[in-house]
Amino acid sequence: MAALSRAEEGLLEAAWSALAPPPEYRLLRPVEIGMTLLRGRIGGTGQPFNFGEATLTRAAVALATGEQGFAYLLGRHPRRAELAAVFHALLQREESRDRVEARVIRPVEAAYAAAVSADRAATAATRVDFSTLVRGDG
Amino acid sequence: MYVAVKGGETAIDAAHALLAERRRGDPAQPELSLAQIREQLALAVDRVMAEGALYDPDLAALAIKQARGDLIEAIFLLRAYRTTLPRLVASEPIDTGHMRIARRISATFKDLPGGQILGPTFDYTHRLLDFALAAESDAARPARQSLPAVPAEPMPRVAEILGGEGLIEEAPDAAGAPGDITRAPLSYPASRDLRLQALARGDEGFLLAMSYSTQRGYGHTHPFAAEIRHGRVAVEVVPPELGFAVEIGEIAVTECQMVNQFKGNEAAPPQFTGGYGLTFGGAERKAMAMALADRALRATELGEEISAPAQDQEFMLSHADNVEASGFVQHLKLPHYVDFQSELDLLRRLRKEWETRREAAE
Repeated sequence: MAALSRAEEGLLEAAWSALAPPPEYRLLRPVEIGMTLLRGRIGGTGQPFNFGEATLTRAAVALATGEQGFAYLLGRHPRRAELAAVFHALLQREESRDRVEARVIRPVEAAYAAAVSADRAATAATRVDFSTLVRGDG
Repeated sequence: MYVAVKGGETAIDAAHALLAERRRGDPAQPELSLAQIREQLALAVDRVMAEGALYDPDLAALAIKQARGDLIEAIFLLRAYRTTLPRLVASEPIDTGHMRIARRISATFKDLPGGQILGPTFDYTHRLLDFALAAESDAARPARQSLPAVPAEPMPRVAEILGGEGLIEEAPDAAGAPGDITRAPLSYPASRDLRLQALARGDEGFLLAMSYSTQRGYGHTHPFAAEIRHGRVAVEVVPPELGFAVEIGEIAVTECQMVNQFKGNEAAPPQFTGGYGLTFGGAERKAMAMALADRALRATELGEEISAPAQDQEFMLSHADNVEASGFVQHLKLPHYVDFQSELDLLRRLRKEWETRREAAE
């Protein structure tokens, strides 16, 4: 579900269009845009406290074959959430699991890993390399 | 006393039309897109999200555009929008120990595990205007060298390093859901979770000034910036349909841990005590000010004398919110014709009496 929550709308739409025939599904409830209460911990590790909210979109679907799929993702993205929920349901079907893994999950994970790696390398270049100047004969 | 007065509708409509025109500015200039605001005015977006208390960079960019760059107005817009949304689920506390670090510095230990990572900082710039940016080209942007892959390295918190020797107070833990100032009004004294929630959405300028006052002697503190870290953390919720935690995305936050000397008392040994700051985005100044304010507000708990405004909970928390402050200051623009008329009558009467008394004395 982490990968599905990260998947961009374009990728989900492309993967959806590639499904032939598209699976039938219905919404278990209307796709909703709302908020989640964000929490931190005092000192980073202590007692939780609320420090704000974030927008959140959620979707719940059921395939005609019965499997249910859910999506929760940050931001206001109803179409993305609906498709993510459908793919979540399809992951639970033996017949479609490999396709979803190959077309959605693995590409999203690869793109995320590449972005994280580039980010980490750029950050690491700003690490301070202390050198100590020795003065006098000691 | 209020008297209904009509007659402003046409003027108000015209004023709003003029506002829209002025917002657009010179039509010969290209219009700002939300993506441009989000990407190129990212710290303004972060501030609006933090004080608007709603994490959504696209909405914050829209608010900034609509408010013509007036950030307090944009914060107000975001707060107002927030009230239209249902709260669907609470998230698990974020784990800043597993932050994907963009910046991490400590002013207390030079060599600490994970190192000092400067990240994209204004520190060490000369604060000279860079006219290369005025040329509106990417020429000023240095080409990034291809960098070697770096393995993720653990970044223990400085507080944990001090905690190993027992030299810092233990972070208190408590069962149960934390209090929420958006659902129940603050009453005093307020517990630390509520104070931190109020400070997190507090006005950066107010917190900066109040934290500065503690450094200048109004409420004695001698803090060290044990650690400041900024980066992205995962947000997890437990969907009721699933019953286990799932990741739903990432947010950028800045965390600051200040440590202050504490002499100890009968119950607690001499040790460091902490002030904690946590904000959305890359708001380092705000996170530091919040940590100083948090520590100052712990005066009662730590048995310190309350001698300064920054230590006074009611003073601090009642005045930190810029939406409330702006509303009450700006309500003075509303018609007070009748109130004022009565003041005017009173003053005329007093004046007459004063003159009569003076004439009688002569």
